[in-house]
Amino acid sequence: MASIAKTAQAGTLESSDVMITVAPGTQGSGIVIELESIVLAQYGEEIKIILEKTVKDQGITDIYIKAVDRGALDCTIYARTLAALSRAGAVLKEEII
Amino acid sequence: MDLRRSMLFIPGNNPGMLQNGGVFGADSVILDLEDAVAPMEKDAARFLVAQALRTVDYGASETVVRINPLDTFAAVDIKAIVPCCPDAILVPKVESAADIHQVAAMIAAAEKTDQTPVKIIALLETPCGIVEAYHIAKADPRVVALALGAEDYTAGLGAMRTKEGTEIFTARTIVINAAAAANVQSIDTPYTDANDEEGLLADTQLAKRLGFKGKLSINPRQIDVIHTVFNPSLNDIDWAQQVIHAIRKAEAEGSGVASLNGKMVDLPIVNRAERILHLAELLGLMGGEK
Amino acid sequence: MKNAIGREIPETISGIAAIKPFAGAFTTVPEMTRQAPKVKTIKPTDRKLVDSLVEVFKKIPVTDGMTLSFHHHFRNGDGVVNMVLATAAQLGLKNLTVALSSVFPVHAPIIEHVKNGVVTGLDTNYMSGPVAQAVSKGLFDKPVVLRTHGGRGRAIECGQLKIDVAFIAAPAADEYGNLNGVEGPAACGSLGYAFPDAQYADYVVAVTDYIGEYPLSPISIPQTRVDYVVKVECVGDPKGIVSGTTRITKDPVGLKIAETAAKVIQATGLIKNGFAFQTGAGGASLATAAFVRKMMEKDKVVGSFALGGITGYMVDMLESGLFKKLMDVQGFDLEAIRSLSTNPNHLEIGADFYASPFNAGCAVNQLDVVILGATEMDTDFNVNVVTGSDGVIMGGSGGHADAAAGAKVTIIVANLLRGRLPIIVDKVLTATTPGETIDVLVTERGVAVNPLRADLKEKFLAAGLPVKDIQELKQLAEKIAGAPKAVKTGEKIVAVVEYRDGTIIDVVRQVEG
Repeated sequence: MASIAKTAQAGTLESSDVMITVAPGTQGSGIVIELESIVLAQYGEEIKIILEKTVKDQGITDIYIKAVDRGALDCTIYARTLAALSRAGAVLKEEII
Repeated sequence: MDLRRSMLFIPGNNPGMLQNGGVFGADSVILDLEDAVAPMEKDAARFLVAQALRTVDYGASETVVRINPLDTFAAVDIKAIVPCCPDAILVPKVESAADIHQVAAMIAAAEKTDQTPVKIIALLETPCGIVEAYHIAKADPRVVALALGAEDYTAGLGAMRTKEGTEIFTARTIVINAAAAANVQSIDTPYTDANDEEGLLADTQLAKRLGFKGKLSINPRQIDVIHTVFNPSLNDIDWAQQVIHAIRKAEAEGSGVASLNGKMVDLPIVNRAERILHLAELLGLMGGEK
Repeated sequence: MKNAIGREIPETISGIAAIKPFAGAFTTVPEMTRQAPKVKTIKPTDRKLVDSLVEVFKKIPVTDGMTLSFHHHFRNGDGVVNMVLATAAQLGLKNLTVALSSVFPVHAPIIEHVKNGVVTGLDTNYMSGPVAQAVSKGLFDKPVVLRTHGGRGRAIECGQLKIDVAFIAAPAADEYGNLNGVEGPAACGSLGYAFPDAQYADYVVAVTDYIGEYPLSPISIPQTRVDYVVKVECVGDPKGIVSGTTRITKDPVGLKIAETAAKVIQATGLIKNGFAFQTGAGGASLATAAFVRKMMEKDKVVGSFALGGITGYMVDMLESGLFKKLMDVQGFDLEAIRSLSTNPNHLEIGADFYASPFNAGCAVNQLDVVILGATEMDTDFNVNVVTGSDGVIMGGSGGHADAAAGAKVTIIVANLLRGRLPIIVDKVLTATTPGETIDVLVTERGVAVNPLRADLKEKFLAAGLPVKDIQELKQLAEKIAGAPKAVKTGEKIVAVVEYRDGTIIDVVRQVEG
């Protein structure tokens, strides 16, 4: 599946959490990430890398992701992204989860 | 037997608490997919707990996941969680041995080949669960403990839940007895007033006196008090060492009967002494002698 | 040039006189006499009451380039600094230096005064709010001087901070210039931070909204040092002055840290009769005090004194017989005020008495234990309390470096991970308190002991405390959160961080954007 079926959201704005919103990307639009974070200077690059890797591992090539981060750890970002993708209709590859 | 003096509930949809669950020193942490999580967030919590099991270091704490009941999401919870290697699954609202058989089968199907078998702790929260307590405890080798959930139970009775707990007295002793008869542990219901330290102390002391081996907890502040109650005291340890000494002395002298302070030391007393010393050793309370 | 903790300090900094690099917590010794204001006289018929600030500005007269000083006992409820600076602006004055012991969000108008050239210098011990952010972004041409509470007292006494006019916000004054902080609608408690200003400024102006009958009693600042008394409508907002009782934190991780810190204190063996203690007013420090209290009650320990910023909680400990005396340099709530005004065992002390290193001995030297916070700590135990993780100024030493130097055991309580950010770094962005004065770090995942204190480490291990190497804790934090990228700062020095003895321990550089 190159993209997801619809827009969906997972996560909250609580401390140590991240709110992830995913929306379908048009063919060829690529993985577009918009990131807001309270630790942007220290962890911004790493957060973007996880977001990209998560969707790529699920075989998604075109998607728009907005992440509002309140200092979430990698495992939380991963879990919230999977949850958002699942809510957006993606059938997740089980062996990676 | 494993230490389960304290079993701390951690809401499964709260990343901040999931990542800090190991700092409180509870014997077990229960990552909760059931009552702590709103229906709309069950799916997201499942992902969080799965990742937490994989990446968070809970230290010496046993990792337990409270799944949803069999009539809602238990199946999908087990499928997602078991491959992440929790130590145990806490099953809510267990009413019969058949429930346990069902859960055990689902766990077996979800386990990976080399995985340590996941244990089962049955949470009894209904009148039926109390009636079937012994059969539930014996239902499967995976079952290691019975726990009492008094809030739902008293609702099922149509009784009022109180701090001094007369209304749950019978349920408590049934759970303790059934667990003991089946050779599994019994765990007491949580004390829900997190601000009442005196009340917690009294309730936990009662639990210990009745025979519970540990207590469920809803707030990290409760852990220290619970441990203090369930730990053997210095007097207990002292007494237990005297018992073992008396036994050894009797064995060395070839006499069949040991006595301590004029009283005969028979098998039940020896068993109790050994349990105390074992617990003391596990907790590092022994100070190296023996 | 590198100072004693390896921080790079420029030989000269434009706008800052005589740079002496930090050489060690107790290495630099004084080589001066105390500075002395001019002797004055007034005739028996002269009166001090002046109708307005404008009038007092003209009488002195306040001129361009002067240093005006203020205390911060009114915290975020202060009205006097803004009134005085507005008067200066109104009269067209320029190039003033503001020596305000702590800057709060209410002082935001300073930013405009800087932009208009009215104010060109700032000398303070702590900054928060818009002024702090503006300073970080390069508001001032010359660097702000950041001192400690004890260091400010020392600088005033020894002549490095020469005050032309001290404006003392006084909750209560009489017409002849006796002042106290316990009467009047804007009562704040101790006036300790104003004591050095009153003693050494060339001119002292009391600003009050409450005139009591002569002679005022008690007298915190005497008439012999006060030149003018200006009565205004309102000196500040009582709601901002007394914050009400601070609450003990309910955060489970914070409580765990506090409990561990209390166990650490117990393991030092210092909780016995005569125990002397200082703690911050924040939720986690207060929680530690609560656990220590339980230990004292259990063992029936009577402490000698508690020191520092006084809250209702400390007053309660005094009145419950857990401490014999309180030494108060700043009151935080109504209880502190009530106790100071009625209890002879509750003593008001000045900033110099509290913490100055250049006198015959300050109060922090008598402490057994102090509990402090930190925004960052490095593997040499140097602590940052000036800049946040984003490089923006959000605090300052206050009494931090002073208490750390004086106390027998200095304990930092902090989350190992604040949100995602590890508190332990290779090098702190801004060094405030040197590692040699920091003994223990207590976090929710372990306790680190300064290698200089092998004696403490032994005690803690024997007590079964979770002692870990500081490198181990750093790696643990980075394993959980990932290693953070360092924050980039610009070139311009926006503040110099002065250690309590007047040497420069670090500089703060401009943040980008």
